[in-house]
This record gives sequence, C-alpha cells and structure tokens, in this order.
Amino acid sequence: MSTKPKVATTSLAGCFGCHMSLLDIDDRILKLIELVDFNKSPINDIKKFTDRCLVGIIEGGCSNEENVHVLQDFRKHCDVIIALGDCATMGGLPAMRNHVPLKECLEEAYLKGPTVYNPGGKVPGDAELPLILDKVYPCQEVVKVDLFLPGCPPPADTIWQALVALLNNKPLELPYELIKYD
Amino acid sequence: MKQEDKTLIQDICARFNRDRTRMMDVLIEAQRALGYLSSDVIDAIAEALAIARVEVESAASFYAFFSQKPRGKFVIRLCNDIIDKLKGVDRVASALREQLGIDFGQTTDDDLFSLEWTSCIGMCDQAPAALINDKIVTRLSSDSIREIVRSLKEHGDFSKLKLALGSGNNSHPLVRSVVDNNLLQRGAVIFAPSEPSQALGKALAMSPTEVIRSIKTSRLRGRGGAGFPTGMKWEFARNATGDARYVLCNADEGEPGTFKDRVILTEAADLMFEGMTIAGYAIGSEQGILYLRGEYAYLRAFLEDVLAQRRSKGLLGDNVGGKAGFNFDIRIQLGAGAYICGEETALISSCEGLRGDPKTRPPFPAQKGYLDMPSIVNNVETFCCVTRILDKGAGWFAAIGTTGSAGTKLFSVSGDCERPGVYELAFGVTLAELLKIVGAEDAIAVQVGGASGRMVNPSEYGKKLCFDELATGGSIMVFGPGRDVIKVARAFMEFFCEESCGYCTPCRVGNRLLKQGLERFIRGMAEPSDIEYLEQLGKTVKTMSRCGLGQTSANPVLSTLQSFRSEYERRVVKNTSGLQPSFDIVKALRDSETIVKRKSVHVGH
Repeated sequence: MSTKPKVATTSLAGCFGCHMSLLDIDDRILKLIELVDFNKSPINDIKKFTDRCLVGIIEGGCSNEENVHVLQDFRKHCDVIIALGDCATMGGLPAMRNHVPLKECLEEAYLKGPTVYNPGGKVPGDAELPLILDKVYPCQEVVKVDLFLPGCPPPADTIWQALVALLNNKPLELPYELIKYD
Repeated sequence: MKQEDKTLIQDICARFNRDRTRMMDVLIEAQRALGYLSSDVIDAIAEALAIARVEVESAASFYAFFSQKPRGKFVIRLCNDIIDKLKGVDRVASALREQLGIDFGQTTDDDLFSLEWTSCIGMCDQAPAALINDKIVTRLSSDSIREIVRSLKEHGDFSKLKLALGSGNNSHPLVRSVVDNNLLQRGAVIFAPSEPSQALGKALAMSPTEVIRSIKTSRLRGRGGAGFPTGMKWEFARNATGDARYVLCNADEGEPGTFKDRVILTEAADLMFEGMTIAGYAIGSEQGILYLRGEYAYLRAFLEDVLAQRRSKGLLGDNVGGKAGFNFDIRIQLGAGAYICGEETALISSCEGLRGDPKTRPPFPAQKGYLDMPSIVNNVETFCCVTRILDKGAGWFAAIGTTGSAGTKLFSVSGDCERPGVYELAFGVTLAELLKIVGAEDAIAVQVGGASGRMVNPSEYGKKLCFDELATGGSIMVFGPGRDVIKVARAFMEFFCEESCGYCTPCRVGNRLLKQGLERFIRGMAEPSDIEYLEQLGKTVKTMSRCGLGQTSANPVLSTLQSFRSEYERRVVKNTSGLQPSFDIVKALRDSETIVKRKSVHVGH
C-alpha cells in the first residue's frame, strides 16, 4: 500500500476548464504522480472514494443536488479542500442565473426559448435527473473551504505551485503574474 | 405621450434654462406634475435638455424618491431605522399591510396608496415616523396610522387630517407640520439669543482674509462629523484658482439618529444663511446652495420665504449689507432620498444634476468642486457657529469646549432614554453626563456618531464627547437593558447595503457579506473562525472603499467586535463536521420540486 498522500478532484458546476488547466502542468504531471496518488477523480475515472485523502480539489460551484452531495462527500473524505477557479470560489458564470427566478430560467431553456423544440411542453423532471437548486452556490456556502485559488481558469503554474507548497508543508508564495487576472 | 404632457415637460425645462445641471429640479418637478417618471417622460426631458436619454435615466434611477413606475396618490414611506424598530414600527407596518391589503413595494388597485420603506428620515426622537408624499407624520401607532389611512381614503386630502401641529415654527403657516423640535437644552452658541445681522455687519467691515483668520483663531471644526478645520478649508478655496467660487451648505442630514439640523432649519435658519453669506464674502463667492434632503421638503416653502425676506432686507442679492461689490445669493437644491449625498463630493454631483456618486479625491472640492470650481461644503451647524464667532469673537468661541474641540455641539439623542431630543452642550461633556441629562443611566450600549460611528460599552461612558475621544456629527442612540447589540449592528448593515451607491466592490459586496456574517451569529450558526473572518472582511471594506460611506460602513461590526466581543464569543458553536450549517438544502430545492412536481429522491423527505 502506497504511503504517498492522496489527491481527489471533481468538477461540479464548472466547464472542466480548471481540470484542463491542471493538465497544462505538462510533463510535471509525471512528477506529481511521484508525489501523490490520485483517488476519486475524472483524471483516472475512479468514481468513489476508496481512502481518506489529503487534498480535495473542487472545480465549479453547486448548481444541483448532486453537486451538493459530491461536495459534502469530498469534505468528509479530504483533510484540505481547495476551491479551484472562479466558479468554485464565487459561483462564476453559472451564477449569472442567480438574478433570474429558477422558473423563468427553466422555462426559457425548455419551453420558451426561440430555438426550443419540445413537443411534450414539459420541463424535464425524470427521477434520474438531479434537481436544480434555487441558485448556484459557491463551495464555501455549502462546506468549509480551506484554500481558494481564483482565476478562470487558474494558470497551471499557480496550481502546480500551490500543490507543491501544500505537499511540502511550505507557505504558498505566488508571484504577482500568477494571481493577476485583469 | 400626450402633447400637453410634452409641453409641460418643455415648460419645466425652460424654467431651469434648459440647464442639464439642474436635472434634480427638473426630475422633481416632472414627477410632481405627472406622478412618476415614465419612459416617455425621460425621453421628453432628454429632448428638451438636448442630452442623451441615458443621462436622464441614470439620475432618475439613482434616487429613492424618484419612481419609474406609476404610484399611488399617497406614497407612504415608513422609516425603518433601528430606533423606529425599537419603538414599534413593525406594528405600524402590519396595520398598513392589513388595512391596504398590499405589501411594501406595492400600490393599491385603486391607485390611492403605495407603501415603501425608507431609511432614517430624521425623526428618531418622535419615532415611529413616516413620510406621506412630502409631509411627515410622527409618533405613529397601529391605531393612529389606521385613522390616517381611513381619513385619506375618505377625503383624499392630507391637509384635512386632524393632526396637532408641532412646537415652534412647525406650526408656522408655511410649515404646518406635526414635527416637534424637542429642543431640550439651549447652549451658548447656536440656540442662545442673538441679534440678527450683527455678525454679517462685522464681517463686512473686515477684509475677507481677516474673516478667515478669525475663523481659524476660533479653532472651529466642521460639525458634520469629520471635524476638518473650517478656516483652513476656506483658505484653500479662497487661494485656489477659478472663475467662480461656491458655498455649499450640507443639509442632507441622513446619518441615522441625527436630527439636529432639522431643528436649526426650523428655528434658526437665519443664523445658518448669515453664516453662508459670511462664507461667501470670505472666499469670494457669489452663489450659495443649500442642499436640503428630500425628507425635509416640508421645510422648503418656509426656507424659501426666509431667503426672500433676507433679499428684501438687502442681506442677499447685489451689494449685500451695503457692501459695494459684494453680490451673493442662495438657492435651495432639494435632494431625493439618498444618504450618500451627505458625502460632500456626492452632494456636489447631485447639485450638478448627476447621480449621487462620490467623486475621486483629490482634487478636493476646495480646489475643484461644484462645476469644477473651488467650493466649500460645510454643515448647517458649522455655518451657524460662523455667525456667532463673527458676532461674539473668536476668543469667546475658543474658550468654550475643549482645546481640540472648541464651541458647543448639538446632540440628537434617541432610543431608550426618558427625554429624547436635541441638546446643545459644550464639547468635553462626558457620555455619562449626557446619559444622566437625557435619563438613560441604565443604557447597556450607546451608538455614538450614527450608523457610521461606533458602539460604546459602559466601561467607556466616562469618555468625553469631542473630536479626540468620542466623535459624533450629533447622533447619540441609546440602547437599554435587554437590547441585542449584534441585532443593532445588523440593522446598521442593512442600512449600508441599501445606501451603498454600488460604484466600488468592497462596499457593494463587502457590506452584504458583513451582514450575512452577522446573521450567522444571530441564528446561532457561527463558529469561532467567523469572528476573525468578520474582522478581516471589515478591515478590507474600511481600507479599500472609495468614499467615506464604505470607509466607515464596517464600523458597526468592527466596533461591536471591539466593545462587545463577549456577545460574539458566547454565540459561537464549534463545528467539526466541515459542513456549513447555514446551507439549507431543503429550502434550496423547494422551487425545483414545485416546478417539476416531484420530491427530491435524496434529500429531506
């Protein structure tokens, strides 16, 4: 059994862009696998936690009940939760719907939108589909979050340096270029 | 749009010389004539003033008293500040909802009544109070408001209401208001007997620079709260280059719990106008503006009359007081319900017909103010002090009060005390002495300086009220046994969330987060780290905001964290689950369950 620290990742109401940025660390990913084992993550397609993890990296906020469930599961299994990117830290683009009542959003998407073809005339409500929350919640409104890495997406170098600092128990020092987004 | 309405708008604009800087007046008059500012009205104003529609709409949408929707014949604005809440405004609100069958923000089907909430209207000593159009009603109870509404339904005429007129000039034919002065202590400066126009005569016999020197010698500091030395401000404006100079009087008394300027405007308007005239002479100005908050519109006709009398006596106009070449007049600029306009650069924006957005400083108004010209903005009370200083001498004034804070101060005292009202006391009086005078020795907390001031606990009651210890623009709110300081702080944060102009993020967003943080404490969902969170967030809002509103809006949180820390500490619950107790999944799914007509298969059922 490996004694390497374990890392889990997930994408909730995000676009997977933050995960793409994580992969942008290029060949350093080989170094990363030397440092850590990946547990539940879309990178290795492990669906369920098999062990306790040191770090849980969350992309995206919570838009539906499944997102909440997954996020709470991460909180239960991970010592340190990182909210990665603007959607996880602030809700991001999906949270633009927070200004519009949910009913109007769903009607626009499934009933009234100019390109909608929906002869049944119903908003999808199959039990297989997770229910949508009244608004998009950033992660820290649902669980306690330990670290925030803003950016849309945060650059690979930012993610890399944050992980390395965390794994080596060193203070995180990010040069200005890595955290400016204007 | 009807042609006659269009003509009406054109006439209004023509009355203000189609001057876009008089936008406030144009909008106020248009709304008065047509009920509300419809899209057509905004277009017509834009056309008449030959400006872009967006310039009109940006101003029209900024001020709380302008409406772009039709409203009832009577707009009832109930004051929701903390003192009104303590005095039972909720019962008045319930009575209104019940009797009219509408909620706040709505209008009755017969278009007779609209209900709205409004921030402090300067009647805390006679709370609960409300505005009905531009008239004031005070000391409301559920019974009295029912009777008012019943009568208005019956005859539709506010002037027919059987209301007892208030004290002093409140019963003047041009005021006829129920407001009481509650002027419970007169001091040596503002409310002492004085000979009218003596001071102006003495000032005009001096040179302008001598007048400024006299103000500097008196050590007069601004009464609005910040305490900037008045003489220095005047000197800056006098020495700045510009084709014109302006004297602005800040009567936008919006700090919750402050109502002393209202009493000056009612009982000592001449003293204030004389001070403005002296300032005009001192800095070389020909035009003064009294910026009167929209809530005090009921005083406007009376104040216009005072100005007219001064003109007829030669105290305004050409060659004021017989001084050849000194021409000075004053106009009244009415506001429209925006606390931020008490901030001097926002006040200037409003006078210029813009949204009440603060301007970036520097340049300060003394260099580049109203219409980009050197301008001074002083408080109502400051101008009154000026008059008395010129009359009785700088030395006389400087001998009153303390070394750092000369003169007297008007205190507006409200809340849990036996005798709420206005008190003129020399600077240096301790808070304990004041509490004894007003009958509030059992106070558990006192908010000094309004919402943007600080909450003081009993161990500090021995401190002096002056710029160097407990500074206040006049507001003293008293909280008695059983009151919850965190709920009071939340009420102040609600106020700042409402009044933030939204220009800068620390203030627009930070104040909301501070309010949410306080709610966690009130609902028993806070944990130890929340104390540190509030402290950090408060400091960010304080240091990163653009103007005085945001730089002081965190004070309710920061000062209660300092003076009442145990109130926070006793409410925290250690949370080891890592979940946020404030997140309510059942509530978050309720809409969805209604829309798709099924229950969640995961949660709560």
